[in-house]
Amino acid sequence: MQRHRKTATILSILSMGLGQLYNRQFVKGILLLLVEAVGLVYFVPRLGNAIWGIVTLGSEPAHMERIGKKMVQVGDHSIYLLINGLIVVLVFAIFAVIYVLNVRDAYRNGKHRDEGGAPASIRETLAHVADKNFPHLLLTLPAISVLFLTIMPIIMAIMLAFTNYSAPNHIPPAKLVDWVGFQTFIDLIQLKTWSHTFYGVFVWTVIWAIIATVTTYFGGILVALLINQSDIRLKGLWRTIYIVPYAIPQLISLLVMRNLFNGQFGPINQYLGYFGLGGLPWLTDPFWAKVTVIIVNMWVGIPVSMVLILGVLTAIPKDLYEAAEVDGATPFQKLRIITLPFVLFATAPVLIMQFAGNINNFNVIFLLTNGDPVKGDYQYAGATDLLVTWLFKLTFNNSKYNMASAIGIIIFVIIATLSIWSYRRSKSFKEEDMIQ
Amino acid sequence: MSTKSSKYLRLTLSYVIIVVLALCALYPAVWVLLSSFRPGSSLFADSFFPKNPTIDHYKELFTSPSFQYGTWYWNTLKIATITMILSTFLTTISMYALSRFRFKGRQNTLTLMLILGMFPSFMSMIAVYILLLQLNLLDTHTALILVYSSGSVLGGFIVKGFYDTIPRSLDEAARIDGANHFTIFWRIMLPLSRPMLTYVALTTFTGAWVDFIFARLVLRSKENWTLAVGMWDMVSNFQNSNFTMFAAGAVLIAVPIMILFAFLQKFLVEGLTAGASKG
Repeated sequence: MQRHRKTATILSILSMGLGQLYNRQFVKGILLLLVEAVGLVYFVPRLGNAIWGIVTLGSEPAHMERIGKKMVQVGDHSIYLLINGLIVVLVFAIFAVIYVLNVRDAYRNGKHRDEGGAPASIRETLAHVADKNFPHLLLTLPAISVLFLTIMPIIMAIMLAFTNYSAPNHIPPAKLVDWVGFQTFIDLIQLKTWSHTFYGVFVWTVIWAIIATVTTYFGGILVALLINQSDIRLKGLWRTIYIVPYAIPQLISLLVMRNLFNGQFGPINQYLGYFGLGGLPWLTDPFWAKVTVIIVNMWVGIPVSMVLILGVLTAIPKDLYEAAEVDGATPFQKLRIITLPFVLFATAPVLIMQFAGNINNFNVIFLLTNGDPVKGDYQYAGATDLLVTWLFKLTFNNSKYNMASAIGIIIFVIIATLSIWSYRRSKSFKEEDMIQ
Repeated sequence: MSTKSSKYLRLTLSYVIIVVLALCALYPAVWVLLSSFRPGSSLFADSFFPKNPTIDHYKELFTSPSFQYGTWYWNTLKIATITMILSTFLTTISMYALSRFRFKGRQNTLTLMLILGMFPSFMSMIAVYILLLQLNLLDTHTALILVYSSGSVLGGFIVKGFYDTIPRSLDEAARIDGANHFTIFWRIMLPLSRPMLTYVALTTFTGAWVDFIFARLVLRSKENWTLAVGMWDMVSNFQNSNFTMFAAGAVLIAVPIMILFAFLQKFLVEGLTAGASKG
């Protein structure tokens, strides 16, 4: 007895909903038929055009043409073609998934009938979905929003890295954009003007990430140990004061810092003057600007590390210290043998993630120095620019979209490598069972 | 005797460092607060405390035609509140599903989320901009709310970590008592996850409150601006010419966030450390 399952499957392949109607599930069948109808109306005029658009990125640039008596703009806008094409393809993917599910559903219900069962009513179906597919139900809305507002833009950005979408020669609607393969990456590494900037900015990004992570991390440990000493009073007060920099929005605190460090009128140079010292070019000299961003980053970052490490410190078992005291350990030995290893072990994964975060630390650089002071031999970058702020400038100030996307992909590769490494490490740590 | 004097030395030294650090931590905030009450408009001041304090700068922010601080404040409050509600909702339901249920594709979804989080966000901004242009959503608050809320879902791993720690026997017991999934979520899990919800709500609210990059890209007309955009405009246009005004604006933006922070400090610290132990 395979009559029902076969017929239902074939019917549902022919059109969504037919199999369900055959299985006497009328509400579901009609709903699916409606989905099919809407899908056909949407895709028939669009799908072919969408794929043509993605593949060719348009055949003639936009221009005015006389149609009848009016001047009308005709021609292709490569970027609109690309994004609309992507949207249609993504919607089609969703449609295809629904189609497959529809066929599977028809087959299952047909099989159920072959085995002598009655088809489920719409109420039973809904109850079943709410019970067995509850997580899918919960995830539908977030998934759709992420698909269109995160995944689609990222796919498009990656695609842009393989086009020549950049000022001044390839900006639609006046000009077309073309696929160029890996040319953008090759230019970035081989063209003297670009490669010089890229290596310079890359090296500074790495140096910055290392120094910024190390200073804030060990600064945090020091501050935490300092106020965690058993005979320091008012611990709560000190802790609250030290958290203040964390509580002020970075937008505000960094802009304020920019004024504090102002070379001409800023109070810091004013105070240095009181001590008979000359003012420093905090933000205008390439070297001092780098020093300034690191100092300010300590001010912003140490509170976060401190909070973290204070949390870890309370988790160290007290009996470890008691045992050490019985053995006659000095405070320094206790610190070196118990506290530090414990803290380092517990926060190692955070350390690596902070390093990754610092590579992308946009706020501190952008708000404080804006990447300046400008370097004459750099392409659109300054002495303190990180890869990510350079990317920002290339996109929003200079319209070099393909270059910006290529840099974005490189940043992604760096962060991904770091994350995988950190994940492996923390896993191997766990397996070693260093701390029971 | 020598251990006692060395103890005093250590304690004195510790207190000196603690006080110096506390001054460093507070100085910028106090300085900008005092500057906002200083008459005149220049950055340079001959004394730390203003001689004739005035609140004119605050008044001007709300009355001068070139600033629409009142409107911006209202816009920001609206956007941040709706974003907070929407993103807490989206993050909670998605992380709850990913943490408490085992289904096909779960592991892949988690991996995909991790990978997506590794792309710099500015990279996709231009595509989002073109998408909003096509949907006719440029210069609207809806666009900001949608983008902020959907972006927050990917940052929800802390919430997942939190749900991972709630024992499974809890849902199983409720299932045996005949509760359905929705009841379990609504009656048992949500009340338990209050600290986590607070953490998510606070971070998303602040995120929307201070974002000036995406907001500046999307909001074109001045009456639609948010505080952060207005602030950024003020800074880039007359940072040096009207510093005291900038200071007043800065105080007004920072104060609500700091008050929120003070109330929710405990939750925030919990959230931060929860994220830490998960890596």
